[in-house]
Amino acid sequence: MLKRAQALFLSSLGVIFALVYAGNASADSAPSQLNMPQGVTEVSQAAYDIHMIMMWICTVIGIAVFGFMFYVMYAHRKSRGAVAENFHENVLVELLWTIVPAVILIVMAIPATSALLKVYDTENADIDIQVTGYQWNWQYEYLGEGVKFMSNLRTSNDEIQGKEPKGEHYLREVDNPLVLPVGKKVRFLITGNDVIHSWWVPDFGVKRDAIPGLFTSAWAKTDKVGTYVGECTELCGKGHAFMPVVVEVKEQAEYDQWLADKKAAAAEYASTIGKEWSFDELMVKGEEVYNRSCAGCHGVNGEGGYGPALKDSAVALGAADVHISAVVDGIGVLMPSFDAQLSEVEIAAVVHYERNAWGNDVGDITQPIDVVNYKQGK
Amino acid sequence: MAHGPATLADGWVKYASRWLFTTNHKDIGTLYLWFSFAMFILGGAFAMIIRAELFQPGMQLIQPEFFNQMTTMHGLVMVFGAIMPAFVGLANWLIPMMIGAPDMALPRMNNLSFWILPFAFAILVATLFMEGGGPNFGWTFYAPLSTTYAPDTVNYFIFGVHIMGASSIMGSINIIATVMNMRAPGMTYMKMPMFVWTWLITAFLLVAVMPVLAGAVTMMLMDINFGTSFFDAAGGGDPVLFQHVFWFFGHPEVYIIILPAFGVVSQIIPTFSRKPLFGYSSMVYATASIAFMSFIVWAHHMFTVGMPIAGELYFMYATMLIAVPTGVKVFNWITTMYKGALTFETPMLFSIAFVILFTFGGFTGLMLSIAAADIQYHDTYFVVAHFHYVMVAGAVFSGTAAVYYWLPKWCGKMYSETMGKVQFWIAFIGFNITFMPQHFLGLAGMPRRYADYGLQFADWNMVSSIGAFMYGAAQLLFLFNVVRTITHGKPVDKPEVWEGAEGLEWTVPTPAPYHTFEKPPQVK
Repeated sequence: MLKRAQALFLSSLGVIFALVYAGNASADSAPSQLNMPQGVTEVSQAAYDIHMIMMWICTVIGIAVFGFMFYVMYAHRKSRGAVAENFHENVLVELLWTIVPAVILIVMAIPATSALLKVYDTENADIDIQVTGYQWNWQYEYLGEGVKFMSNLRTSNDEIQGKEPKGEHYLREVDNPLVLPVGKKVRFLITGNDVIHSWWVPDFGVKRDAIPGLFTSAWAKTDKVGTYVGECTELCGKGHAFMPVVVEVKEQAEYDQWLADKKAAAAEYASTIGKEWSFDELMVKGEEVYNRSCAGCHGVNGEGGYGPALKDSAVALGAADVHISAVVDGIGVLMPSFDAQLSEVEIAAVVHYERNAWGNDVGDITQPIDVVNYKQGK
Repeated sequence: MAHGPATLADGWVKYASRWLFTTNHKDIGTLYLWFSFAMFILGGAFAMIIRAELFQPGMQLIQPEFFNQMTTMHGLVMVFGAIMPAFVGLANWLIPMMIGAPDMALPRMNNLSFWILPFAFAILVATLFMEGGGPNFGWTFYAPLSTTYAPDTVNYFIFGVHIMGASSIMGSINIIATVMNMRAPGMTYMKMPMFVWTWLITAFLLVAVMPVLAGAVTMMLMDINFGTSFFDAAGGGDPVLFQHVFWFFGHPEVYIIILPAFGVVSQIIPTFSRKPLFGYSSMVYATASIAFMSFIVWAHHMFTVGMPIAGELYFMYATMLIAVPTGVKVFNWITTMYKGALTFETPMLFSIAFVILFTFGGFTGLMLSIAAADIQYHDTYFVVAHFHYVMVAGAVFSGTAAVYYWLPKWCGKMYSETMGKVQFWIAFIGFNITFMPQHFLGLAGMPRRYADYGLQFADWNMVSSIGAFMYGAAQLLFLFNVVRTITHGKPVDKPEVWEGAEGLEWTVPTPAPYHTFEKPPQVK
């Protein structure tokens, strides 16, 4: 009866496994990875090597110990007529199985120590990059270069919530990846802005906690061009699973070009966003943006049409933040979000224009920095 | 002087009063065991929600906010509500009977230490229904996620932890006092059953570290409500300090959980091998050295916080050393079986599975001790797999073994061996289907506490969830088997119950009378 139940049970297990595999055996799916990646840096290779050494040592000991145990369970069963002996001590054996494992551990400690020394070898870096963890994205700052940007998850909420099919790079894609040159030693200075995060790139063997108020450091140097994906590994709130790390390692020339573009963009950004705009400059810029993007629905003079009137409207005469939010986030189904279409300068200008044109006379000035602050505060 | 306990026949008031006001170690042991089983089912339900959500990539059933509350509550309820009270329940039932004492040394405190527990957990679980939700910062509650960024309900959590700590401290003091003062004549320390030894050492660990936990949550309370900055760098504090304090409690805590489990297995394996425990004295010394070492290895949970390399090397070496005494214990168990006359009743099956799976968890523990490799393992599913091998296949399997082993002594009825064995195989296979793939997930790069994951992790997560549902089903069968034993079990009246069972608890009648050893036995 019992034997039959067990057999039934085991065969049903087989069926479950077969179903799982059939279910996932779509054409492009590679077999699931089972082991630690070897990675592309000295540190990741060292971690992999020591991992494999430990695993093999444990496997050998495990086979010996469990093998003996299974032999005992088979040979000394009462049902085979075994009669218990009564020994319960043996000083020699007990000493041996204390000393031998201790010796094995000392041998293990040697490669373990040299691997750890590699992890800590952060001196003499070519490039310093500050990595800052935010709830829930990463900021990368190329120290001394004036380049700094946020890296956000690109997977859409609809994919996460199952309203759209999941893309190939589901939860492994960002808008602005970290870019590194090949063959250069890069030092990461890692910190957190709010709670503790942890910055992990498995292929680099780099995992360091991003702790607010403290800096930790790690390093990577690779000769392999490619895209490497990592994760946040310290619980940091509801977005913990949604702030991946994506690193692109490029040839030096490509990297230089990328960095130059970033610098130019940063300069442009600073000259427009950082700049304090005057009332009239914003009115001119705002009218241009309004006529291009808003007048179609709200009317050339804010009188309304397909959309509601803005002249004398509650939004245009109310708090600036609410007004900015309407443009950045949209309202309901009909008013779309203009976040992606308009720059911060354009959004600030159009909000300013709407608050001060056609007889609307709030009189305040909406600067690009207000839009930036609104977006960051969100 | 001896009077029988009130039963339902005496009316509800008397019956309820019996349990509320009881100072009898057996009654209190029973209360602890049922309470811990209820918590085990509750914590298990949380785990089922987690595994159901992780069955597929994407958010299907719950949202990340609630997912984080589930992982947190699962950990807290299982550690503080299920496993610890289960072993305190076993200690209450068994330690007086094993050392020939009439009861625990401090019976009224015993009552108090149990009866504050349900309130602690009522407070903790109630937060799930409050505005802001329950604790969502993981059972390790790292600051500042658990302070500045925590929901307001964190104050209830802190209060709950304080009460649990008080309960544990009282329970431990009671066990220490009992073992030191109430042993029967002739019961010297080195004659005590292994279960008593492991619990004595555990009790010292508890008395040492529960105040540290209380200190950690009190500092949190001050940071949150009274403007201090223990864990806030902006005010001159240090978030890493929290982790040092927490793990100074937390590492001994995992030995607090596993040492009594060692004790249980050291009782059961000799019985069903019909042979005395091999290396009794080395077992005692190994337990004591594991307990000592648990105090000096805490920062191996923090290999990625950026400690100086000297600190990291020290904690790595110290952690590796724990393998020595732990290995001694495993070798002793196996040698106890060697040249015995083995039978495989349900408690023995669970104990053998304990030895195999705990050792497996020990191997991954040894791998985790290697700091350079731990940088890759840290906070991934590899760690989740590791500690479930030692906590579930360790503590929970041994707890299950203990219930089957002593249940006939407790209630005078024999459980259904067939059902026990079926439960064992479902639990054993389900457990491995759940947690073995989590090693692969972790090595392949899936972090723990993730509400959602990339498509490359889909296969093994699905397998793991299927295993989890199996394992969960096995626990319902366990509950059914125990209840059915109490109501319909075949009566047993032999004092020793098991052929080959040694120890004072097997010399009293079966079922154990309400009061035992009113006259101390003479131990030779």
